[in-house]
Amino acid sequence: MSVCCNKTNKMFRYILAGILMPVLCHAQSQNNHANDTLMVDQLEEIVIISPQTISDRASKPLSSLDEYLSNANAVDMIKRGSYAWEPFLNGMASERNVVTIDGMRIYGACTDKMDPVTSYVEITNLSKVNVQSGSSGSSGATIGGSIDVQRKKGAFGDKNLSGMLFGGWESNNQQKIAGGAVSYTDTRFFANVDFTFRDAENYKAGGGEEIMYAQFTKYNVSAMAGYKLNQNQHVEASVIYDHALDVGYPALPMDVSLAKAFIGSLEYVSLHLSDNLHRWETKLYHNDVTHVMDDTQRSDVPIRMDMPGWSTTTGFYSSLMGNIGKHEWEIKLSAHRNSSLAEMTMFSNNPDEKDMFMLTWPGVLTNYGDLFVENQFRLGNNWTTKLSAGLAIHNNEIDNVFGFESLRIFYPELEKSNTRLLKRAAASFEQAKNNWILNLGMAYGERAPSVSEGYGFYLFNSFDRFDYVGNPNMKNEKSISFQSAIAYKWNNLSSKLSATQFYIKDYIIGQPNDELSVMTIGAEGVKVYEQLNHANIFNIALDFDYQFTDNFLWTNNLSYRHGTGKNVKYLPMIQPFSYRSNLTYYAKSFSAQAGISGAHQQQRYNPYYGEQALPGYWIANLSAANRFNFAHQSLVVKAGVENIFDKYYTTFADWNRLPRMGRNFYLSVIYDF
Amino acid sequence: MKHLKRIQSILILSIAVIFSACSSDDDFNVQSDNLDDFKLVQTVNENGHIIELYTENGNFLTGYNAIYLQIKSAGNLVSDAQPRWEPVMNMMDMLHSCPYSSLTPKENSTGIYKGYILFQMANHGMEHWEINIEYTVDGTIYSANTPIEVEESSHRNIESFQGNDGKNYVLALVEPTDPFVGVNKMKAAVYHMENMMSFVPVDNYKVLIDPRMPGMGNHGSPNNTDLLPIANGFYEGNLSLSMTGYWKVNLQLSDASTNIVKGEEVTADNESSSIFFELEF
Repeated sequence: MSVCCNKTNKMFRYILAGILMPVLCHAQSQNNHANDTLMVDQLEEIVIISPQTISDRASKPLSSLDEYLSNANAVDMIKRGSYAWEPFLNGMASERNVVTIDGMRIYGACTDKMDPVTSYVEITNLSKVNVQSGSSGSSGATIGGSIDVQRKKGAFGDKNLSGMLFGGWESNNQQKIAGGAVSYTDTRFFANVDFTFRDAENYKAGGGEEIMYAQFTKYNVSAMAGYKLNQNQHVEASVIYDHALDVGYPALPMDVSLAKAFIGSLEYVSLHLSDNLHRWETKLYHNDVTHVMDDTQRSDVPIRMDMPGWSTTTGFYSSLMGNIGKHEWEIKLSAHRNSSLAEMTMFSNNPDEKDMFMLTWPGVLTNYGDLFVENQFRLGNNWTTKLSAGLAIHNNEIDNVFGFESLRIFYPELEKSNTRLLKRAAASFEQAKNNWILNLGMAYGERAPSVSEGYGFYLFNSFDRFDYVGNPNMKNEKSISFQSAIAYKWNNLSSKLSATQFYIKDYIIGQPNDELSVMTIGAEGVKVYEQLNHANIFNIALDFDYQFTDNFLWTNNLSYRHGTGKNVKYLPMIQPFSYRSNLTYYAKSFSAQAGISGAHQQQRYNPYYGEQALPGYWIANLSAANRFNFAHQSLVVKAGVENIFDKYYTTFADWNRLPRMGRNFYLSVIYDF
Repeated sequence: MKHLKRIQSILILSIAVIFSACSSDDDFNVQSDNLDDFKLVQTVNENGHIIELYTENGNFLTGYNAIYLQIKSAGNLVSDAQPRWEPVMNMMDMLHSCPYSSLTPKENSTGIYKGYILFQMANHGMEHWEINIEYTVDGTIYSANTPIEVEESSHRNIESFQGNDGKNYVLALVEPTDPFVGVNKMKAAVYHMENMMSFVPVDNYKVLIDPRMPGMGNHGSPNNTDLLPIANGFYEGNLSLSMTGYWKVNLQLSDASTNIVKGEEVTADNESSSIFFELEF
């Protein structure tokens, strides 16, 4: 049983976070930390999404975006089923992070978080994901960090038509994956179209137990076009349409009959405006999300319900980048307006009685405006500094009369509109010298309560079995964070040690209120969102790689998180010590990989939030891939097996301790032309 | 028999007159102040005059009924008719009345009178309600009598019971008539039955409310308040309704010494009180 937060432990962690350690290092970036280029931000993680390349990082090329994301150190994926995992950043839930799609803000339409933003895009739409920890990002006011899922970029150039087609299959849940992309390039014009189709049945946990209600079907199609106005200016239009149906969530009491999103944008880019102004990018966007929960597949429910939700966001951003002498700067203005509404209709078991109706999200409008500035400059030979600051105005308005009256039951003094000011500032220093890169950073950020935290009306949490009621009277949540990373490379060894410490004030969490009676049949009680005086979250991760020979690469990752709060001994959903190790063999066009991943037992759990202790576990994976080249085309075939020993296991991130997949064979075929 | 009935009527009417001084405009719970919003329920042709009765829904129901009355003589509304009324239920072997107000002139009008009647039961079979009316036209007092149709309300909105203090009470729901999701103003009327023909408003009591949804695990709602006396047997408080559907508002009647004279608390073992109102929207 580890001791949590006594004073010496805390001190040790601070020292560890800042200390210079001669460890085997690896530079995360591709460019060899040349001193005259822009600083490579060690506090950023980039996840490349490129199914065609045989990369050691992506074991299953046709896995969903969720599986790619789970490889990032700072990210934990919380699973409620085999679809639409919720990304946690630095041990913090989606309320504390900003997830954008190519810089566009988008809000989920589900009160139970069954539709994180990342579930509305597909790997064929994307090129990479930029994960930034802390409050230093341009995306918006945040505490844990930001995840920007970036679209594939079109390019202008010589006339060319290319594309890819792929198909995949996984044995455990009989998942069929098919899709393709076509891109046309010309000197003044480009166009891309891509689509992906996925269909899966229930999956089996280790030992063969079938997990019911875990099926899903999804279609995704996207298109993008660009037109070059002149040498330095071009416009782009992009559309993504994602449609999922019959999606099961075995960890929850309800499934999803439909989840669809339309994500569209128009962009104007102007380059080289002057000697000092390099790039001016303006984007207008709109997205529409519909999410319908339904329980018709479930046989045993105390009362049948329909729970549809809608979220619409319209916004823009405009960013200008330039330099003054040795200072590289960026200024970004952004704004968006979101409307979130969710209903609940309960069908009466008594045919003589009327059905019951209420609003779980009472028609909340969020109006947001943000101004962000960043400045990077060189201090002397080896040091680079990045300073940034942002100011946002965040306004919430309840524009639905029914919803407003519902909430007034709890808060008779409630006003329709509430405006907040959210500030953030960050500073980081990086020194690159010889084989070392050292990065130290500090940031301050604030965030507003989310729609559910501020205005939720009896939202049932199936993990701790409480009804949650929002609290519109909460203050901004504030955080001060310290981050550091040390990277070292020497011959064939490369490594990086990174750590972050978050000290959060007015931490928002649900606390039981004994005076309120439950609404959901069978619930344990009612929790109302309150604020803890403070909470601490600490993260540390070590990556080290060793290139044995030209052909063998051994990569390792170890990570640990720790979260506590005042009066709440352990914060829920915090990762125990976890590890991953892979050995990859590369030959000309062939690669093979063997690896294990696992976690230590979880003893730091919180029973008040539904958690239980967990045993440690490890699983083993094997895969092999080969690339066949002919003319200008290539065919990549990859096959593998995950969880070879068919182990039964569940992790801290599995909602309601849902077991994970047992043995799974997969095959992917990717054809590039 | 007829004489006895007439003496009885006069006796009752006199008592009604005494109590009419207590009623005020505030007790009259009528949303509209325009007769046109009310619908004609009953027309009485007697003595060469036409007496018209109006209610909000166009019918008489068990529970609280807000009523407009007007008298026409030779096609013109009679002003200063000083009407008095008395509802009487004709049962197989006896007569009884119910709680009711006196008739008072409607504001900003002439010849229209308002009052309310709380019917504890509906007509059934041969047993029916009647209203005895007395009024003045040109100095002469006339009387009229009409049987009326009182139907059962679709949802329970009135309770008649004997308290554990031996007294008989009538407790009726006055508001909300149009419930909404949120905090509703709830109003109730409490009367004490002195005898078959005499019902008097009760003040200084309290009506405790506990709204529940039996169709959903009997869950309640937060921030309801007790109904406290306002005047003339009326009580007011907050009724919280968190969603649409069928609600059972469980009741307990507490007397001036805070003894619960009727009704039980809803607990894990006791699903409902013996007295309650029903709301469905």
